[in-house]
Amino acid sequence: MEPVIAIAIGVLSSSGIWLLLRPRTFEVIIGLSLIAYAVNLFIFAMGRLKMGAEPILESDAVANPALFADPLPQGLVLTAIVIGFAMTALFLVVMLATRGFTGTDHVDGREEE
Amino acid sequence: MIIDHLIAAPILIPLFAGAIMLIVDGKRRYFQATIGAISAAALVVVAVMLVVKANVPAGHESSVGVYLLGDWPARFGIVLVLDRLSAMMVLLTAILGFAVLIFSLARCHGVGAHFHPLFQFQLVGLNGAFLTGDLFNLFVFFEVLLAASYGLLLHGSGSARVRAGLHYIAINLAASSLFLIGVSLIYSVTGSLNMADVAGKIPLLAVQDRVLLEAGAAVLGMAFLVKAGMWPLGLWVQKTYAAATPPVAAMFSIMTKVGVYAVLRLWLLMFGEQAGELAGFGNEWLFFGGMATILFGVTGVLASQDLARLAGACVLVSSGILLTSIGIGQAGVTGGALFYLVSSTLSIGAFFLLIELVERGREAGADVLAVTMEAFGGTEDEILDETEDVGFAIPATLAILGSSFVACALLIAGLPPLSGFVAKFALLTSLMNPSGLGGGGTMDVAGWLFFFLVIFSGLAALVAMTRAGIRSFWLSLDREVPRIGVIEMAPVAALLFFCIVLTVQAGPAMRYMQAAARSLHMPQDYITGVLSASHVKGQRGGGAP
Repeated sequence: MEPVIAIAIGVLSSSGIWLLLRPRTFEVIIGLSLIAYAVNLFIFAMGRLKMGAEPILESDAVANPALFADPLPQGLVLTAIVIGFAMTALFLVVMLATRGFTGTDHVDGREEE
Repeated sequence: MIIDHLIAAPILIPLFAGAIMLIVDGKRRYFQATIGAISAAALVVVAVMLVVKANVPAGHESSVGVYLLGDWPARFGIVLVLDRLSAMMVLLTAILGFAVLIFSLARCHGVGAHFHPLFQFQLVGLNGAFLTGDLFNLFVFFEVLLAASYGLLLHGSGSARVRAGLHYIAINLAASSLFLIGVSLIYSVTGSLNMADVAGKIPLLAVQDRVLLEAGAAVLGMAFLVKAGMWPLGLWVQKTYAAATPPVAAMFSIMTKVGVYAVLRLWLLMFGEQAGELAGFGNEWLFFGGMATILFGVTGVLASQDLARLAGACVLVSSGILLTSIGIGQAGVTGGALFYLVSSTLSIGAFFLLIELVERGREAGADVLAVTMEAFGGTEDEILDETEDVGFAIPATLAILGSSFVACALLIAGLPPLSGFVAKFALLTSLMNPSGLGGGGTMDVAGWLFFFLVIFSGLAALVAMTRAGIRSFWLSLDREVPRIGVIEMAPVAALLFFCIVLTVQAGPAMRYMQAAARSLHMPQDYITGVLSASHVKGQRGGGAP
C-alpha cells in the first residue's frame, strides 16, 4: 500500500506545482487544490498506514497501541481540509474580482506582450 | 485565580469583540469602532500585566506561565505558554494595534465593509501565534491571522490591491501547505505536537530518524521564512505592503515579525545546545539568507521611488537583520535583536501611518516627477522661485509632519539619539564581544560581514529617507497643506513616543530582553515548565479520573 500512496501523493503534488506556476488564475487555483489534496494525504500517511484498524481505544480492552490507528493525524487532516476549503473559496472570490477589475485572467492582471 | 486565566485573555478579548461586531449590523460603524477601541485598550492593559507576570526575577521559580486549555495535561492537550518573549510580543501587538485602530477611525475604516471585525480577528491570530505552545495550533492561528490579513489587504478595493492580494494569497496558501508538511513530518518522528515535548525528544532520536526530522524542520522553516520575507522567499513583501491601505500596512509591519518569532522560538527550542548532534541545525542558512535579505532590502531602499515601497524595503532590511542575528546563535546577540525587533516594528509602523499623511494633498505621480527632475536637473531655477514664493511661513501641520518624519528616519537608520541606535549598538556590541564585554573573543569574517551590512543598511536608509524627505517636504511643486486631524496625528506621535520611552528606559528594557534571550538559549526551563504544568483538578486534590 505504501508505494501506491506515495505515488499518489507524488503525482498530485507535482501536477499541483506545475499548475501553480502557470499564468492563468484558474490553473493556479486548481494547482493549489491539488497540492492541498497531496498534503492531506501526506498528513494522513504520517500517522503510519494501517488496514482495518480502529482509531479509538476501547476502555475495557488491554490497550496495545500497535493494534490501533493513530487518531491524531486524522483529526489534523479534518482541520486542514476545513481550513484549506475556506481559503480556496476566498481565493476564488479574489480571482473573480481580479477578472472584473482587469478584464483578463492572467495572474499579473495583464497579458504578456 | 483570575490572574491564571489572564494568559488566555489576549486571544479571547478580540475574539469576542469581533464576534459581537458581526452580530450587530455592519452599518453601525461607530458602535463597532467603540467596541474595537475598548477591546484594543483592554489588550494593552492585559499585555502590560502579562509582561509584569512574565518578568520574574532570576533565581525565582520557573518564569514560564502555562495555561492548559480544557485542563488536559500538556502532552495531550493544547497549551498556551507565556514567557518573556511571548509577553513582549503580545505587548508590542497591543500597542501597535491600538495606535493603528485609532488612526483608522479618521477615514480608513469607512472605505469598505467589515474593517473592525477583520482587525479584531487579526489580533486574535497574532496573539494566538505568540502564545501557543503547540505546533498545529500555531498553524491554526497562522491561518486565522492570514485569513484576516487577506480581508484587510483587500480593504478599500481597487485594481492594485486586488492584484497584489491575489499574489499574496497564492503565496501564503502554498506556504501553508509547506507548514502542514513540516508539522506532520515532525509529528511522525517525535509522536508529539507540543513544542516542549518535541524539543525534549530530539536528543533521544534514533540516528535514522534524524534525517526525517531535519527534513521536517527545514520544510517548516521555509514556511516561516516566507512569512518573514527572507530573500528569495520574500519578493511579495514590498508590493503587498505598498498596495495595502496605510493602517493595514502598519499592522502588517508586525506580520513579518510573526515569521521571525516562530523561527526564534522553534529553532532555539528544538536545535539549542541540548539537542546533541542536531544543535545549530540550519543556522548557516539563517545567517547567509538573512544577509542576502539585508542586501536585497538595501537595494530596495535605495531604488524605491515612492514612500510606501521604501517602507516595504525597510521591513525587509529589518527582517534580514533579525534572521541573521538568530543565525549567529549567541544569547547576547539575540538580546540585542529583540530590542531591535521592538524598535523597528514600532518605527516602521509609525512610518507607514506617516506616509499616508505626508502623501495626502500631493498629486499622484509627484514622486516620479521629482525623480525625473533629480535625474535631469533642468528645472532647478523654477523650484527656487517656488520656494521663495511660499517662504513666508511654515505651517504647523507641515512642521509636525516634518519632525515626525525626521524621527522616523533616525529610528529606521539607527542614528543616535533614538532607540534604533540603542538597538543596533547593543546588537553590534554583543557581536564584537562574544564572551561578554571585556571578556575577549574575536569576531570571524562572517561576523565582520554582518557588522558591515548593518552599518551599510543604516547609511542606505539615511540616504533614502533624506532624499524622500527633501522630495516630499521641500521640492513639492504645488503643495497644498494637507488637512490632518488630531486623531490621525496622535497615533503616529504615540508610536514615536514609545520609541523615545524605549530609549530613555533602555536599561530596564535591555535587561528584560537579555533575560528573554538567555532563557531562549537555555530552553530546559521552558521544556520542564510546560511538561510539568499541573492541572487544576490535581491541585484541588480530588483529581482521580
